[in-house]
Amino acid sequence: MATQVPGTQDETMPDAPGNENADGQDEDTIIGREDLVVRVLPGASDTAASFEIEHEDHTLGNSLRYMIMKNPEVELCGYSIPHPAEDKMNLRIQTYEGTTVYEALEKGLDDLKDLCDVVLEKFEAARDDYNERQL
Amino acid sequence: MAPEPVSAEELYRRKIVGVNDRTVTHVSSTNFPGHYPGENHAWDLEEFRNSFQVQFHKSAATKPHELTTFSLIGIDASIANAFRRILLAEIPTIAIEDVFVHNNTSIIQDEVLAHRLGLIPLTGNYAAIMAMDFKRPPTDAEPEGQKPTDQNTILLNLKIACEWAEGAKKLLEKHQADDIDKLYVNHNVYANDIIFTPIGRQINEFSEEKGPIRPVSPEILIAKMRPGQEINLEMHARKGRGGDHAKFSPVATASYRLMPTIDIVKPILGDDARKFARCFPKHVIGLEQFTEDDAAKAGDGYEEHVGEKKAVVKNAFNDTVSRECLRHPEFQDKVKLGRVRDHFIFSVETTGQYPSDELFIMSVRALAAKTNKIRRHLANVLR
Repeated sequence: MATQVPGTQDETMPDAPGNENADGQDEDTIIGREDLVVRVLPGASDTAASFEIEHEDHTLGNSLRYMIMKNPEVELCGYSIPHPAEDKMNLRIQTYEGTTVYEALEKGLDDLKDLCDVVLEKFEAARDDYNERQL
Repeated sequence: MAPEPVSAEELYRRKIVGVNDRTVTHVSSTNFPGHYPGENHAWDLEEFRNSFQVQFHKSAATKPHELTTFSLIGIDASIANAFRRILLAEIPTIAIEDVFVHNNTSIIQDEVLAHRLGLIPLTGNYAAIMAMDFKRPPTDAEPEGQKPTDQNTILLNLKIACEWAEGAKKLLEKHQADDIDKLYVNHNVYANDIIFTPIGRQINEFSEEKGPIRPVSPEILIAKMRPGQEINLEMHARKGRGGDHAKFSPVATASYRLMPTIDIVKPILGDDARKFARCFPKHVIGLEQFTEDDAAKAGDGYEEHVGEKKAVVKNAFNDTVSRECLRHPEFQDKVKLGRVRDHFIFSVETTGQYPSDELFIMSVRALAAKTNKIRRHLANVLR
């Protein structure tokens, strides 16, 4: 193997223009996906529809299914990963009359968000309390 | 429709997953609207806020990078599992991704060496690592992929050559060459030999005080060499997700188990009690005096046993639920094993890039961010 002078073929590395995510808490920075697509599959009505969500899996599928099933106006909610080689998740919602699947989905997402906020709050309190007792 | 009051025993029964010698029972959650006639079970944030608890068992704050264990009590398996899955696969970390080999005359092939380098956990100022960008992968419009910049790439170098040590030839002549450390220099290449080269704003963000990029464990053996061999390469570390490659996973382990329960239904006494205690890990079962009160409570036929030792549950938390006690006929119908359906004992062990408790917080934030993102998307697209 010939010894090559290091760096001869390399370009210098430029500095990035500005720091767009200065606080480091931007959602895209955490998840790293920008191209999310949500689609309503054919055959949907206001009270029964299937959604196709790209780049999501059991992580969101199962937790969102649970939150939507906690809504008394929902008759059925289920999710599936149609094929493991395709990076998408299908979510089926059927509601009773008087509400729509869109409202049920939005409520499910909002409830899940609220739950995360409570978990975060309680976790941080418990951690700080524990650390204080250790010192 | 006013929900009927449910007895405490019924609530306890619903909460327990039964563990029998060969089967499990009551495995699914039933807390959904419409499952029990006349009961509500609709999602109620205030009720959740009041019932949900977090208990810490072990924290990494005093000893960084160690195991953190804590319990989430009063949460559904689907959500606890979402946190676990995010910890394993969706929290981005940096790892070596591109290796430019200038020279490698060691016996480890370039591709094998590159793979080994990729798996080395890196650490540094974690706030600055968190703030780094992803490097966009190649697309049709951008066939080369995004240009590396100080915001998406960490530059590392490894330049090392193995040589004869001073006086090695003499040792060989004297046939005293049994200690190779006296014969060679740099014959073991360790993770410590990787040198971080800060560029642009990294000079400030990964300064000596704030925490430069370095391998978590300095003594990872990368390669072995002999005099005349050398390794000279440049590495680009970038951000990625555990879902794309396991080297990007921020955790060594992130798992949960359900809190075990041991219900001693009928008294287990004397030698049986000692044998019963041996069926479990240490200190899970204790021995106490069987009193007259106990005998009265246990019913007829127990009076003569007053004064013997009885088995009591001391610390079900440490039980492994081996089910050993269910194999012995003398404990038949005297004990019931189970697990609490909504008590998750998490253990999170970081690879060292982020503190473990911070990782769990990031996983909760990531789940909330997912919901936000879809919520925004729905508002834009569907109506």
